[in-house]
Amino acid sequence: MTLLTALLIIGTLALIFGAILGYSAIKFKVEADPLVEQIDALLPQTQCGQCGYPGCKPYAQAIANGDEINKCPPGGDATIKKLADLMGVEPKPLDGDHGVEDVKKVAYIREAECIGCTKCIQACPVDAIIGASKQMHTVIIDECTGCDLCVAPCPVDCIDMVPVKPTPQTWQWELGKGVGDIPIKQVL
Amino acid sequence: MVNKYMIDAEHVVAQLNQGRLFDFSGGVHPPQQKSLSNTTPINTIQEPSVLYIPIKQHIGTQGNICVVVDQHVAKGEALTQSSNPFAVPVHASTSGIIKAITQHPSAHPSGIPEMTITLEPDGQAQWQLMPLLTDYTKVEQVVLLERICQAGITGLGGAGFPTHLKSNPQKPVECLIINGVECEPYISSDDRIMREHAWQIKQGIDILRHIVKPKQIIIAVEDNKPQALDALKTACLEDNGITITSVPTKYPSGGEKQLIQILTGEEVPHDGLPIDIGCLMYNVGTCFAIADAVLHGKALVQRVVTLTGQALAQPQNVWALLGTPISHLLDIAHYDPSKQLVKKVIMGGPMMGFTVVNDTVPVVKITNCLLVPDKQELPDIEDERACIRCGLCAEACPAGLLPQQLFWHSKAKEYDKAQAYNLDACIECGACAYVCPSEIPLVHYYRKAKADIKHIALEKEKSEKARERFETRQARLLADKQAREEKHRLAAEARKKTMDNKGNDAKDKIAAALARAKAKRAAAQNNSPSDSDK
Repeated sequence: MTLLTALLIIGTLALIFGAILGYSAIKFKVEADPLVEQIDALLPQTQCGQCGYPGCKPYAQAIANGDEINKCPPGGDATIKKLADLMGVEPKPLDGDHGVEDVKKVAYIREAECIGCTKCIQACPVDAIIGASKQMHTVIIDECTGCDLCVAPCPVDCIDMVPVKPTPQTWQWELGKGVGDIPIKQVL
Repeated sequence: MVNKYMIDAEHVVAQLNQGRLFDFSGGVHPPQQKSLSNTTPINTIQEPSVLYIPIKQHIGTQGNICVVVDQHVAKGEALTQSSNPFAVPVHASTSGIIKAITQHPSAHPSGIPEMTITLEPDGQAQWQLMPLLTDYTKVEQVVLLERICQAGITGLGGAGFPTHLKSNPQKPVECLIINGVECEPYISSDDRIMREHAWQIKQGIDILRHIVKPKQIIIAVEDNKPQALDALKTACLEDNGITITSVPTKYPSGGEKQLIQILTGEEVPHDGLPIDIGCLMYNVGTCFAIADAVLHGKALVQRVVTLTGQALAQPQNVWALLGTPISHLLDIAHYDPSKQLVKKVIMGGPMMGFTVVNDTVPVVKITNCLLVPDKQELPDIEDERACIRCGLCAEACPAGLLPQQLFWHSKAKEYDKAQAYNLDACIECGACAYVCPSEIPLVHYYRKAKADIKHIALEKEKSEKARERFETRQARLLADKQAREEKHRLAAEARKKTMDNKGNDAKDKIAAALARAKAKRAAAQNNSPSDSDK
């Protein structure tokens, strides 16, 4: 009889808690940040396609499905490290087949040579080139990601990739090169 | 909403009158070298043969250049203009011809060239004055703010924040604090301007009083400048609304947040501004410039620069036109190259200054000092040694930070951890590096880390924008494709429909033809029997 009572009580409690947990699981459901979004947030968003996928989002999708994390040259080692942290795998060196890490560049159209074919406009993944058919085109520097995709389609080869020059605002305080040294030690 | 940390001006002044001052934690006492340069009056010097005027000399954005090469400009004529409130114009420092508008090494630690207007003085120094606002109390605040902006006035103490923005607070101002502390051990430009132009500084303060309507005004001067203190006291003798206080000499008591702490005992929140606790602070030089702009109609074209250091035969203070190349100033102070192994000129003081890249770098609005030390005075930075965890830096830090932790994390590029230790609150005063027995250039690491953090944030913002644009474009392309397919589908349907219609017609026609043929046949059959009947 005692055994039966104990079973009954425990059983009832189990049912009650089960009901509470089941209810809260539905009512207070937390929308987890999907993995693809998290990976996408780490990628540099150049949309250059050097990884072999048509943009950063598709590559994020591919990583989530188990692709290698070292196919993004614009992101370089820093991005690989972050991705490794996120995915819980060992960081590995950048895959040379997909290109090498380079300084940041932006596209520059030599406007005198542009014939207005609009091919680069169609190639630009972030709509950073303005112009119209048979009109001169130009690059909006602030929007350009330096992905290189506009260079190949240009029939007259009038697009250069120009390295971005540092300004005093973006300068990085190179240590130990004697530039901008702070005196600090005063002897007298 | 009134902040609970808001200070009470009356209470603060009552305390000051009782001689009660507070203190901030940390600070250092570097040897004072002010007597090198502060014994002679501010020298009015000959104009240089060429002026390099950078179009951006303050925090904010630059204006648009409104002059052309070969144009003749008058002294005080604006060279840039803009409607952006963060853009402050720069002016021709003297009359002359614009020779070039090009890139020129900047007065910045990096020396990276910046857009600069090259002006060749004509020797006339012909002013173009703005209309005088002598009776400024009858003028609206906004007019005065406009004037301060148009005169190109920015904070002359060191940061170079546009003064007209600062002078338009959205919160009530309890205390207007005038900063004459000048705590850097070598600099004496504020000292000299207070001694010689106390009256005009007072005029500037009166204008500020009219603009920001503070409850109390406090002038703070470090106690190593007794003559300056006396001069200001004389100038403010008949003004009961101004309290003049001498504060003990300690570096960096001239820092904005540190001085507020000394005077009021309250700390400015590390992510806040002085106005959050009811304070507004101006440098004495800025007050002088405001009076110049309002009462004399003169734009900011010159400032006091301390030329000092053992490698100068005649250290002194000079009125330097903005844009004067430092080589000209070195000549005036009789620079002796034999005293230095390599030419080394520091812009700013020994604690916060930086080595300039070459001597064509111009004097800008925030240049308060050129320090040219001899080889013993400021030895080259030795190789840093390992941190021995002595903790002297933490004792010296005036912001109450843990410089050691900041150093580890900055060096290891663990920026999130550095930020968790409030790297942002570092005022880069150099006190920690000054006391470090291992010669670690701590502030260097912090500056590098801050620049990196800013860069990463900027990149992040850019990539976020790129992602948005990419996705918008993808969506647009998809929508276009769908629209195209929809169009094709509709066209195909329409075609099919017409086909069907045509088909029906044809069927009808065939049916009609068949019917006609049938009828004919039937008629023929009907007729033939009748024929046979005949």
